[in-house]
Amino acid sequence: MYKVGVVIFPGSNCEQETIRFLKTYQEFEVSTIWHKESSVPKLDMYVLPGGFSYGDYLRAGILASLSPVMNDIEKYASDGRKVLGICNGFQILCERKILSGTLRKNNTQKFICKETDLYDNHMNRYSIPIAHGDGQFYCDEKDHFEFEVAYRYSPPIPNGSLHGIAGIYNNQFNVLGLMPHPERAFEKHHKSQDGYKVIYNFLSR
Amino acid sequence: MLTKDELIEIETRLNRKPNHTEKSVFDAMWSEHCSYKTSKSHLKRLYTNNRYVYSGPGENAGVISIGGTDRIAFKMESHNHPSYIEPFQGAATGVGGILRDIFTMGFRPIALTNNLFFGDPAFSDDSKRVINGVIKGLTHYGNCVGVPTVSSKIIFHNHYEKNPLVNAMAVGHTRERILGSVAKDSGKLLYVGAKTGRDGIGGAVMASDSFTDGVDLRPTVQVGDPYLEKLLIEACLELAKTGHVIAAQDMGAAGLTSSATEIGIKGGSATFQGKCGIELNLDKVPLRETGMEAWEILLSESQERMLFVLHDWGIEEAKAIFDKWDLDCVEIGHTTEDGNFTVYRDGNVCCNFPLSALEYPELERPWTPRFEKEEVQSEYRFSTENILSQYDSEVQGNTIKGIRDDVAIVRIPKKDARGKDKHIAIYTDSFPYQSYINPDQGAENCIVSIYDKLISIGAKPIALTNCLNFGNPENPEIMFEFKETIDAMARICEKLDFPIVSGNVSFYNETSGQNILPTPVFGAIGLMEE
Repeated sequence: MYKVGVVIFPGSNCEQETIRFLKTYQEFEVSTIWHKESSVPKLDMYVLPGGFSYGDYLRAGILASLSPVMNDIEKYASDGRKVLGICNGFQILCERKILSGTLRKNNTQKFICKETDLYDNHMNRYSIPIAHGDGQFYCDEKDHFEFEVAYRYSPPIPNGSLHGIAGIYNNQFNVLGLMPHPERAFEKHHKSQDGYKVIYNFLSR
Repeated sequence: MLTKDELIEIETRLNRKPNHTEKSVFDAMWSEHCSYKTSKSHLKRLYTNNRYVYSGPGENAGVISIGGTDRIAFKMESHNHPSYIEPFQGAATGVGGILRDIFTMGFRPIALTNNLFFGDPAFSDDSKRVINGVIKGLTHYGNCVGVPTVSSKIIFHNHYEKNPLVNAMAVGHTRERILGSVAKDSGKLLYVGAKTGRDGIGGAVMASDSFTDGVDLRPTVQVGDPYLEKLLIEACLELAKTGHVIAAQDMGAAGLTSSATEIGIKGGSATFQGKCGIELNLDKVPLRETGMEAWEILLSESQERMLFVLHDWGIEEAKAIFDKWDLDCVEIGHTTEDGNFTVYRDGNVCCNFPLSALEYPELERPWTPRFEKEEVQSEYRFSTENILSQYDSEVQGNTIKGIRDDVAIVRIPKKDARGKDKHIAIYTDSFPYQSYINPDQGAENCIVSIYDKLISIGAKPIALTNCLNFGNPENPEIMFEFKETIDAMARICEKLDFPIVSGNVSFYNETSGQNILPTPVFGAIGLMEE
């Protein structure tokens, strides 16, 4: 079995559908990890779901990045275990410096929830919705070598992200941060089922 | 404010002059907002029961059964007055309030909708301020708390310019135990959530009065914290499963006063022989500010606070749950068997009277038909992608048809692998112009059109909630509009077997003598047929 842990912070609100999504894989064994746990079991993949951890007060993701659970997650990430951060999870990974760059307020200054088209580096197209207020990716020039672009928005870029970046891998390809929500693109009633492709791309790296 | 007659009535009931704290309590509880004194006698005529109805009006929200152990709670509420004074916080706390009505009963909120009525922004900068603030407030609160907003309808008309309407509806689902709001057994009172501050004092009284231009009422508007609300949802639902809860109340209008007294007033089963009393010690209430007086603590409308009545043996487990979610919880009193409302502050008794004295006598306000009608234009509807995309309509992953569709459809996920998914349809509407021309016909047309709409997408219409927004009821012509609307609702709902299970009445939607159009808003739940 492939063991997956979904980390729950106070204010996470996409954890239920994320768990439902992951459970559609028969080979996944899905468990939840409470953010106060200071010793995290060794699993194959950790998922940081979307939401508003700690109400996104102060700055999106920063308070959650200081939760006890993040010490172990950081260690396991550097050991090469898979870590996936979706939306608020991406913001947490950036605040913890597990991924480089930062996520600023959308350039529209508004929350945006809609379908978007993404492209990977091989120009494959994915249709996955976004839902965020702080999703404008930005990084310094020197940080450009610290990550690999995973997905870009197809123009027009909804939130003003640098180079249209929607998701990034770290250089070892074991950590993925994503602003779009793959857990909102897998069921019959969703507009597409491309969420599976995103997970496949990540696991096959 | 209490009238002279009401003061005399209080004195006869108590056999003495009420002190300042007691007077404040009566003032809040006898406001239109809390007592429904004008509408109570009319609302009795409504059709409220059929085989789908689990519990009708009277509880925090109406509950319907949709087969198996699946139950749906839903209710609509207005937050009109605060949304004009301070649009962002007014609208945000409106969402918070209606969500609390749902999860206080042990239901997980699964959908939000809103119906908004504004003046035309093209003609007034003030309307622009209100619209921007209201939409920011609604989206901020709903998105953060993680409940999808599946429908938003905006109607423009110049009569709403100085008195916008913000009506929000919340829908919840549960398969577990449902929590009641009255004490059926003796227990301890547990205060949970935010600390009490001076915000929102007198909110219920403010909402029961009409506006005058140029008076700053901002201190009467509460401030919302959606993050705390999210924690309350999770903690409350976890606590509901333990079975230790005797009653649960959210502290909404008139704060601690109304939640504590409501636990007692309708309480009184065999345990109390009809004499359930409440004893509160205000010294234990967590305060945000220093030097708050008893009446301020009792009437504060600080948001995200709840009151539980728990069995003695459940207190420890409850405290552990709230500790897990980093929520403050304090024991502030207990139920008694003397039927009195007793409040202590600094060791002194500052309130002591029988709870039954709070029951407000019904009011029969006079009504007359309106003969001369000023000509008004019809309302118009408008919404843009720019507004709709600000709502997170897909969180929780169960939105089949969302905010961009006419009728929203939300899935109820199956319980286990053997079960089957269920789908409910949610639709809201209002015809204010038709109601102005003919209140009876307007309400009837609206309900029939909602019924038809649900049928047309393949749903069986189950039940209705409503929010009745009217002008100043002391004006007999406005009272006539209200009475006619209720008559139509009673008649047509019975004919269609379409019961009304919950509702809200908002009077005094009048600013500087200008009344709004009579605006009954209806929200319906339908069950999608296989």
